[in-house]
Amino acid sequence: MDKKYGAYVCTGCGIGDVLDIEALTEVVTGEMSMGCKTHEALCGAAGREFIENDINNDGVNTVVIGACSPRVMQDVFDFGDDKITVRANLREQVVWCQPEGAGADFTQELASDYMRMACTQAKKSDLPAPYQLEVINKKVLVMGGGIAGMTAALEAARAGYGVTLIEKAEVLGGKALGWRKQFPTSSPWTDLEENSIADLVNAVNANDSITVKTSTEVARISGAPGDFAATFKAAETKSEWDAPFKVTVDEQEKIEKGQLEDPNAGLQKYTKIDPAAEKFGSVVLATGWTPADVSEYEHLLPGNDKVVTNAQFEKLAKEGKVPARVAFIQSPGGEEHDRDFPFCNSVTSMVALKQASYVREDNVDGKAYILYQHMRTPGNMEMFYKAAQNDDGIFLTKGAVTGVEEQGGTLLVNAKDTLLNQDISLEVDMVVLAAGLVPTTGGNKAMINLAYRQGPGFLDLDLFDGYADSHFICFPYETRRTGVYTCGGVRKAMTMEETIDDAAGAALKAIQCIESVDRGVSVHPRSGDQSYPEFFFQRCTQCKRCTEECPFGALDDDEKGTPLPNPTRCRRCGTCMGACPERIIGFKNYNVDMIGSMVKSIEVPDDDEDKLRYLVLVCENDAYPALDMAAMRRKGLNNLVRFIPVRCLGSVNVVWVKDALSSGMDGVMLLGCKYGDDYQCHFVKGSEIANKRMDNIGETLGSLGLEPERCAMKQVAITDFDKVPGMIQEFVDEINELGPNPFKGF
Amino acid sequence: MTDERSAPGAGGVLVVGGGISGLTTALEAAEVGKDVFLVEKNPCLGGRVAQLNQYFPKLCPPSCGLEINFKRIKNNRKIRVYTTTEVKSVEGAPGNYQVTLETAPRGVNSKCTACNACVEVCPEERDNVFNFGMDKTKAIYKPHDMAFPMKYAIDFAACSKCGKCVEACKYDAVELDGQAETKTVDVASVVWATGWNPYDPTKMDNLKYGSSDAIITNMMMERLAAPGGPTDGRILRPGDNKEPESFAFVQCAGSRDENHLEYCSYICCMASLKQITYIRERYPEAKVTVFYIDLRTPGKYEKFREKLMADENVTFIKGKVAEIIAEDDGGVTVVAENAVTGSKVHAKVDLAILATGMEPAGKDAAARVGVVVDNNGFIASDVDKAMLSAGCAKKAADVVTCTQNSTAAALKAIQASR
Repeated sequence: MDKKYGAYVCTGCGIGDVLDIEALTEVVTGEMSMGCKTHEALCGAAGREFIENDINNDGVNTVVIGACSPRVMQDVFDFGDDKITVRANLREQVVWCQPEGAGADFTQELASDYMRMACTQAKKSDLPAPYQLEVINKKVLVMGGGIAGMTAALEAARAGYGVTLIEKAEVLGGKALGWRKQFPTSSPWTDLEENSIADLVNAVNANDSITVKTSTEVARISGAPGDFAATFKAAETKSEWDAPFKVTVDEQEKIEKGQLEDPNAGLQKYTKIDPAAEKFGSVVLATGWTPADVSEYEHLLPGNDKVVTNAQFEKLAKEGKVPARVAFIQSPGGEEHDRDFPFCNSVTSMVALKQASYVREDNVDGKAYILYQHMRTPGNMEMFYKAAQNDDGIFLTKGAVTGVEEQGGTLLVNAKDTLLNQDISLEVDMVVLAAGLVPTTGGNKAMINLAYRQGPGFLDLDLFDGYADSHFICFPYETRRTGVYTCGGVRKAMTMEETIDDAAGAALKAIQCIESVDRGVSVHPRSGDQSYPEFFFQRCTQCKRCTEECPFGALDDDEKGTPLPNPTRCRRCGTCMGACPERIIGFKNYNVDMIGSMVKSIEVPDDDEDKLRYLVLVCENDAYPALDMAAMRRKGLNNLVRFIPVRCLGSVNVVWVKDALSSGMDGVMLLGCKYGDDYQCHFVKGSEIANKRMDNIGETLGSLGLEPERCAMKQVAITDFDKVPGMIQEFVDEINELGPNPFKGF
Repeated sequence: MTDERSAPGAGGVLVVGGGISGLTTALEAAEVGKDVFLVEKNPCLGGRVAQLNQYFPKLCPPSCGLEINFKRIKNNRKIRVYTTTEVKSVEGAPGNYQVTLETAPRGVNSKCTACNACVEVCPEERDNVFNFGMDKTKAIYKPHDMAFPMKYAIDFAACSKCGKCVEACKYDAVELDGQAETKTVDVASVVWATGWNPYDPTKMDNLKYGSSDAIITNMMMERLAAPGGPTDGRILRPGDNKEPESFAFVQCAGSRDENHLEYCSYICCMASLKQITYIRERYPEAKVTVFYIDLRTPGKYEKFREKLMADENVTFIKGKVAEIIAEDDGGVTVVAENAVTGSKVHAKVDLAILATGMEPAGKDAAARVGVVVDNNGFIASDVDKAMLSAGCAKKAADVVTCTQNSTAAALKAIQASR
């Protein structure tokens, strides 16, 4: 793009009152050799017209705006996809956050640096061109033919997308085939309903857009969103196209030396694409759950033939009559703890209520005893619970079940701390244990069978007890595998009603991913972003850092270790760019040279101890808004600090730190999201990776004779606007103790 | 931005309500490529979650997700947002509805830069609704720190129309004499994501809300704990600003009760446990008593519960609260029967928190335009009519469930537009 620049400084919102605008424009016109105009309110209609005139009459296509934060007024300063717009945050981060008694020269220098950085960014930025696949396949692959999978398939088909639905068993239907009745699904929520699974199976079979393959499994899925290649195989068989296990760099060396057996012997290489594979745009994983094993709870006599799990009891009820006196045990902990059985969620409370009603239906004088620690019937299911409470033959009590014993032909269930204010011993014909629903992804089973460099399954399953779940409360469908969405029992134990919603949601995400790929844009969280990382392979040293560190497994590699990018798997966080020691990875509008040049454009006085300079690289998702909010509350921020927003701390290349220190700046801090088990990083690993890199650079600095304390990383939440000024001040104070960067001026 | 009226039958989606569910529905549909109209009756988006300090169980701030969602809106030209707007009427048929919207005067137009000059001169005050009246704002006000759009608004019930703000505003953004405006949009489907209101605590005579400043609701607790709240995140007793030394949580305040809300409000158990962590962070020694019927912390929430139950200064009593009595020292006594021991419990505390449930907020607005609501006020999705519901308009639910079913609603809405 042949760029024609125009810089504009707004004097509104106090900017003109605080700053010497003439001096500021001179920095732009002089040092940055860019035309610069001022206006009293750029965001007003007249202000926008002022800029548009230059766009229309003078051909300006790269606009630098020195005004408010880039987080506001985007719609006003959106001049179209063919224009580059760069914002300098003069309002929030210069004028509104002046510390008390700030010297005018300090504030002016701060503003000048922000204009220098913005102009530099404009010069180093190019228009992104969306990445387009040569051929895009819009079909959806749904794995699992139970309620979740069938619903996902049907919902996607109803939205106009072709679907292939695969099921391991010989018939569709999954677990629900064995249910006698189902929970209420509509108001008044009191009565069990006839099992509707046959209707769902029929609807799937009758839908022309859905291809059903039963007795089938996925051997592997290669490729990327818009271009997945799935190899199918007969259920329970092995195939040379089975997904390869992950082999680490160290393991690969050992395998080559013959010290380790190759776990993938006999399998096709993970980069090889099966010519017979079918192509898909996205995938929904709905392989469901299996009933939990409860044999470890010996005090409940799990081996006794009259002690069954809820799954077994449902089968009995479906096949015939259930016994007349049945105890349902919801919590196995006795007096030790009041947890439900593992993997229960609230489903097993409702299953007990359902099965209690079978006891009543099948026996004139049937008696069902539900012994619980906490009845979990959330939302409308409370009415279902209430209806059961109104049935004289269903006896419910809180209680710690201490044991089950066999006496004569019957069982005795003993419980303490009941609502009868006494210990009880119930004589029953059968005991039902509320076994949980173990996700098929439990025990770190891949299930999704991806032929990816980072391995075949979802990462971090351990963090979610084996569920293929998201860690984001606001974004429950986001996994670390783009274009692959999960629903139903693999995500958590859920009721049919929840499963149906969950599956429809997963279908939406699968479709959305396909359409985003078709437009050449990213999916969540940088939805709509047209930029993508490009690699200058001639200088790649095959260090594999990018392949290893990508949170989304977007990069595969060839035999030598050269990365093989899959742009449609990419979420555009830039973690690969941060990882690359050769600095060969970058986006058109966000790259190592661009930020590095911005850092170098900061003016660093070399002989004024009162004017040290600090660089703070700020995560634009949470930390940057926190700074803006601090400013909106007119909290002072140290004016020796220069902030640069970054896509994610994972994208921070340590060369920027070196750039800052070698240009005489005195300290560099990274401000990003919380990491660890409760991570808040939108790209999952960015802030954690950045922290490791900062530790490493600290060591490097030490070897150069610089204090490692000059580099730091701090975690902030978006709501820390009251704390963040203090955190920055603390960092500045620490470095002030150390004194100026000894390399200043060299 | 294109004209507000998309071509008839062009497949637009109208989403009513701009809380987390409406935002999710709107964004998920728009990111597939559909035109979306998002209307919100308040001056800014975000709804109830904007008022929450943290989410359970991660204890992360909801504004983090809102920020991402707002950014998605800013970057998406397919979504048109109307604040201070409500649905007046719905005509037509599935696939081709004409919906009339009415936008109430906001008092501040889109020229507002959020510079705050108006607030500095405004002589009138109002109760800050965002903080449940626990502090004041001026009659012209910023809805809250994270408000999107970041534009001020006037509460005309409090405004004397003195005109000082008009003079102070350099950007001609204040309009004291604006009129309500109506417009009609053509859409294929409507998604009701009208959310919930906290159940009115004054309806429970025995809990004596209003008789003492020491009786607050769980949503007030969220604001007391929030950094942008009335006490800047310190949890202080309203009225006398005492640092409470003891707390009681009254679970099922209105929920699971045939005289009030017959359903379970889903979130209150986890919300109270989460709020104990707020207390613990600020008052390491404070005593907390929780009165409950069942602790509904299923699945992955169990770990969260167990960690709190291990805290020796937190006592859990299975028993529904019978009565709360205001005491002379500013505290209250909470009276309940322990259901397991049968004994009567009197807990004297500095602050009692009513875990009030959720009542569907949009039932009247939806019913007015002919949408069917159930006897509890929830809106069931009617796929055949392309009248859909999402989030807590559909059922009492936590945020994860809301975002799930809102994503599902987006798909149903898209199907109607084919």
